Amino acid sequence: MFTRRTTLGALGALALTTTGSVAFAQDAMSVALISKGFQHQFWQAVKAGADQAAQELGVEVTFEGPDNETMVDRQIDMLSAALARNPDAIGFAALDSQAAIPLLRQAQDASIPIIAFDSGVDSDIPVSTAATDNLAAAALAADKMAELIGGEGQVAVVAHDQTSRTGIDRVDGFVNRMAEAHPNIEIVTVQYGGGDQLQSTELTKSILAGNPELDGIFGANEGSAIGVVNGVREMNAQNITVIGFDSGTQQKEAIRSGLMAGAITQNPVGIGYETVRAAVAAAKGETVEPVIDTGFYWYDATNMEEPEIAAVLYD
Amino acid sequence: MSSLDTASSASPAARALRSRAHQKLWAFASLIVLVVGFSLASPNFLQMTNIIAILQATSVNGVLAIAATLVIITGGIDLSVGTLMTFTAVIAGVVLTYAGLPLPFGVVAALATGAFCGFCSGTAIAKLKIPPFIATLGMMLILKGLSLVISGTKPIYFNDTPSFPVIANGSLIGALVPGLPIPNGVLILFVVAAAASYILGRTVLGRYCFALGSNEESVRLSGVNTDRWKIAIYALSGGIVGIAGLLIASRLNSAQPALGQGYELEAIAAVVIGGTSLAGGRGTILGTLIGALIMAVLTNGLRILSVAQEWQTVVTGAIIILAVYADMARKRRA
Repeated sequence: MFTRRTTLGALGALALTTTGSVAFAQDAMSVALISKGFQHQFWQAVKAGADQAAQELGVEVTFEGPDNETMVDRQIDMLSAALARNPDAIGFAALDSQAAIPLLRQAQDASIPIIAFDSGVDSDIPVSTAATDNLAAAALAADKMAELIGGEGQVAVVAHDQTSRTGIDRVDGFVNRMAEAHPNIEIVTVQYGGGDQLQSTELTKSILAGNPELDGIFGANEGSAIGVVNGVREMNAQNITVIGFDSGTQQKEAIRSGLMAGAITQNPVGIGYETVRAAVAAAKGETVEPVIDTGFYWYDATNMEEPEIAAVLYD
Repeated sequence: MSSLDTASSASPAARALRSRAHQKLWAFASLIVLVVGFSLASPNFLQMTNIIAILQATSVNGVLAIAATLVIITGGIDLSVGTLMTFTAVIAGVVLTYAGLPLPFGVVAALATGAFCGFCSGTAIAKLKIPPFIATLGMMLILKGLSLVISGTKPIYFNDTPSFPVIANGSLIGALVPGLPIPNGVLILFVVAAAASYILGRTVLGRYCFALGSNEESVRLSGVNTDRWKIAIYALSGGIVGIAGLLIASRLNSAQPALGQGYELEAIAAVVIGGTSLAGGRGTILGTLIGALIMAVLTNGLRILSVAQEWQTVVTGAIIILAVYADMARKRRA
């Protein structure tokens, strides 16, 4: 009795799964992308770029990533499932390079080319890396900050973390550029809010409370930047120049309303697009540039509607 | 608490035995159906490397689920298993990488830390009468914070202990039987399962585990020091979580301090799919093992079929509800 029920249930589940795979063509080249995340709008924009390249090049692309950027082991499981599918190439945005190396070797042994994207992998296995030059991008944020506050004063940084490559590079890029080019600007503090909006809001409020002379705050990723905007708004602080990073509806809205002076945007669509393009080229045995700089832009209320900028901003 | 036990009239022993056999059969049948289904759907599913990938993905969640099973059978719950796992991994990192001690010290430290934290949760529950949900929720947050504090929020790598990755990634079986490179992590899972199964079925501790879950008050009234047994079960469960901590750290060759939250729910899901009652007094380790395998097969199979990730999550959720509903429907008929 119960076995029949079970069988029906399991078959029902399988019916669900197989409908999802019907569209999976047998002959087309397949590229598996394992990203750092999935739900975040930034990753959805990367996915959109990957899908665009897939369509143009006539290849099948799958896109997966763990629920959050702490789940190193889940990402490893995704990578090994992708390997089992035996794709023609793999795009990989490592949460922790070291943990992935055994699987990357396995891919190398199976002659599946790996393209690193978003951030590098500390290994010589990936044939190419498609990423933003975060040091240069954050340095541009520092220059804009200096320009906006008049070349002197106090600024603070709210960043996402001090472990990821992007966290390290954006803080270093900003701090080093200030020290080199803008000696009259003092960086009073660098705080880490895990990229969590609420946590970054609380951080910002305590920074504002502790530094009444503050002139500007740089939020180093989307969550941090929105947190900074919220903190400034909740404290009703005046004359604070806020510079953000990445885009998203809330950040764009903050720039339109003047709460945020402007932000640096990466080109997530370009990251996804270039990753797939490089993966297909590598799978065909063509030579691929070892580093693909996917670019970054400064945007503010004056230029965010321009087609070139609007194309890389996501909601 | 279990209506099953009170309802049985004629021969409770035979009925319990049959029920337990059915439960295993049921879960096992679903597992087989899933495996056969995925194998038919994709030729890449039933490959040796993929089977090993599935088993490896099961190992950490499986060990956590076994730890959770012991506590759930007593009628309790342990929300701290995920972050305790991380905490024991961080402690192993402190001992091996920061202090530079040899491997055995790291292993013992992780297991002892796990058992000690379990002891603390158990004491808060048994002696301070704090409900298990609250006590282990507090413990979950304490350990999450401590992991970040101790590690300075950075991963601790085990590069100075070259033998450390062998714990989970080496293959003892592969060395004995060439062509069967089953990683040690999987072997450890099965050893832990066998040991926990023995403890539950053949020892006094196991008997009190079920007794506490069925009717704690009557156990107490019959003169048993229930507090002591309860604390012992939480400590044992914590020690098993320490094994999971070693496994995940070994697999990643690092202790990742921010990881862990959310893993308790997946462990509990495996326990429930395996037929263990959240009300306590009923459950098996074999069921839990199969439950963990079902979760891993499902996740892996959907990925192999390139099902969109949004739908993977939906299907997994549906399967959990379906599994528990079918189990309850069967119990009502029994």
